[in-house]
Amino acid sequence: MRRTMLYLPGNNPNMLTRGHLFGSDGLILDLEDAVAMVEKDTARILVSKYLHQGEFGKCEVTVRINGIDTEYWKDDLAAVVPAKRLDGIRAPKVDDAGTVKILDEEISRLEDKNGIPQGKLKLFCLLETAKGIWNAYDIATASPRVAAIIPGGEDLRADLKTERSDDSTELEWARRMLVFAARAAGVDPLDTVFSRVTDDAGLRKETKFIKQLGFAGKSIIHPNQIGIIHDVFNPTEQEIAKAQKIIAAAKEAAARGQGAVSVDGKMVDVPVVKRAEYILVRAGLSEVK
Amino acid sequence: MTINAVKREIPDYIEGYGKVRHYQGAFARTPEGRVAGAGLRCVNSDKTDKRVSSIKEAIKASGLKSGMTVSFHHHLRNGDYVVNMVLDACAELGIKGLTLFPTALFGVHKKVLEHIKSGVVTKIMGSVNGPIGQYISEGGMEVPVVLRSHGGRPRAVMAGDVHIDVAFIGAPTADKYGNICGTLGKSACGSLGYAFTDADYADKVVVITDNLVQYPAAPVSIPQTKADIVVEVESIGDPAGIVSGTTKVTRDPLRLLISNYASKLIEASPYFTDGLSFQTGAGGIPLAVTAFMKEAMIKKGIKGSFGLGGITGYFVELLKEGLVDKLMDVQSFDLDAVRSIGENPNHIEISADWYANPWNAGAAVNMLDVVILGATEVDTDFNANVNTEADGALLHGTGGHQDTAAGAKLTIIAQPLLRGRIPCVTDKVYSVTTPGEVIDAIVTEYGVTINPRRKDLLDAVSGVKGLPLVSMEELAARAVKMSGPTDPVATTDRIIGVVEWRDGTVIDVVRQLKK
Repeated sequence: MRRTMLYLPGNNPNMLTRGHLFGSDGLILDLEDAVAMVEKDTARILVSKYLHQGEFGKCEVTVRINGIDTEYWKDDLAAVVPAKRLDGIRAPKVDDAGTVKILDEEISRLEDKNGIPQGKLKLFCLLETAKGIWNAYDIATASPRVAAIIPGGEDLRADLKTERSDDSTELEWARRMLVFAARAAGVDPLDTVFSRVTDDAGLRKETKFIKQLGFAGKSIIHPNQIGIIHDVFNPTEQEIAKAQKIIAAAKEAAARGQGAVSVDGKMVDVPVVKRAEYILVRAGLSEVK
Repeated sequence: MTINAVKREIPDYIEGYGKVRHYQGAFARTPEGRVAGAGLRCVNSDKTDKRVSSIKEAIKASGLKSGMTVSFHHHLRNGDYVVNMVLDACAELGIKGLTLFPTALFGVHKKVLEHIKSGVVTKIMGSVNGPIGQYISEGGMEVPVVLRSHGGRPRAVMAGDVHIDVAFIGAPTADKYGNICGTLGKSACGSLGYAFTDADYADKVVVITDNLVQYPAAPVSIPQTKADIVVEVESIGDPAGIVSGTTKVTRDPLRLLISNYASKLIEASPYFTDGLSFQTGAGGIPLAVTAFMKEAMIKKGIKGSFGLGGITGYFVELLKEGLVDKLMDVQSFDLDAVRSIGENPNHIEISADWYANPWNAGAAVNMLDVVILGATEVDTDFNANVNTEADGALLHGTGGHQDTAAGAKLTIIAQPLLRGRIPCVTDKVYSVTTPGEVIDAIVTEYGVTINPRRKDLLDAVSGVKGLPLVSMEELAARAVKMSGPTDPVATTDRIIGVVEWRDGTVIDVVRQLKK
């Protein structure tokens, strides 16, 4: 599950130490925007040490490296790829499939060099420009490493020559486009951050909206946002009970050699069963198939 | 030397304190004898006005002499002007060698340091903090400070361990005959709970007010029958330091996480049923626990019986919404609490004796189900230290820590595992304030650590979703791993502080720091 992926500033030992305690599904150890230019080297060393020695609980651990248009990205990868605990790389400013290929080659080279199975490290691509959004499907299918695509927030707004509105109207089309591309490619669509960290009601509203669009989760910048997002994404008790009923009926039907069956007067076919399975996965009652 | 029941080596006699009664267990000592009291007085109808013109006149009229004991309450908290005004006047009158017996001291009282240095104050029985604590920790006073809990203090007075010669009582509202009210006036502080014992047992009681009203002042907290002298001053305190505005629940994620775990622990405990009583205090974590518990009480339809201790606006909300029936208030922390105690008959003012004294016919803490406390350190025997910091300096008073821990059925210490780089869980606390015998659980950001003697509690919380259980050994090892080894505090043999358990036995001593 990737309902919540929490950014931890790569130069903040306090957050790096305790980030996993807050119960997000994933962690993003950030070497990019959270770290000032003068601290890039320090943060890289710190994050590398933490990856080797720190605790991360059950979280999926990723590192956001600096963009391939900077001088840092190769050093970033070299410092973090050898760490066993690393699950993936979050790459900023991915505009096209070519960027994915460049990253893929470098990661493959480092995996080989460090005796890590090829393809172990996943890629989480941040699409922060209009071009990136336009190329979303190509990006998502450019490498089997790509696990998720994520729309940008502020960078994308700037590229669209617009600014933030209360309900983020300006991002709406990009979000819809991104969900379609991700689902078509079989990767996760993950949403951008909600930056008003004390606006709990606003966060809940936005999360409900992006969940309805089809997003699998959201990037977050503050631990206090985790509970609200999980609350929105977690199925309700009624949803779980209904899903269990559907799965049971479908199993029974399969055992009898029947296709569609009826539950509570409604026909249950393959898409309904799939949705029920997904609800149970989200409820932590079933494994991902 | 004797090794006491919390394995501390304590001398049998301490210079400046006297013969030591050693701590033998939280409930081991029982009292003997009779209650000590003030001298009898007689005031007839020829005296209908107890006012004098100034604090100096009041001091003179009280008969205060060098070497006597003076007491103060701390309801005006960090806004208090009374302690400084009285000690300044004593200094000007040439009075020396006073024993200062406050219910607590705050940062605003740092001027006491000058009076220690000049010999006006030569002994303190009560909390010391900040620069005064540092000065004493470095050997600045001839005799040790005696630290008592909120319940231990009235016990000491009633048992005759301490005799108050003159009690100076800051009164937000009073009349010329000495009726005192805490809820009205520009310096309103709500409950005057800590002043009751002093009013009852001091030889002379001086009422200092900045809101003199026509006789009789009402509602009365402390009646005229206790007051000997009344003096009107321009101001007894700074309202901004007396009560805070509405306190807000922390948004610090780490503290919220700890509060959430503490609340889940309470919910999973056998005490989370109708009639629940609890004390949570005013710190960041306790306020958040109160907020989480409120949610849980509403969700599960639980109605509590009473909230105890220092009362905040959050407790007032619980009362208003019917989630608790009564508030028993020894100290009102914020404006909402001050307003409520003045208006709502179910918000009851109680004395420190009623609140916490182990030697009366039963204190309120005995009726408590759950208390949330903090500590500067806890050790692997669950002993807690609230008096000294990791550097060995005296910094905090005991407050109600010992009393509520001894009284409550579930005593929880909730705090981050590290403060900065200083571990809060250690092999052996620097000084023991409250023994592990009365502490049931430690809650940190890593989860809940249950005292092994509470197997019932361990069973109750095992398997609760979203509530990690961590053994004490694991927690202590983690603290060491994160902070690295710490150097022991370097001290001399000289004792500068005596920590009494609430029954008057000595649970620990604090030694002078090496400079």
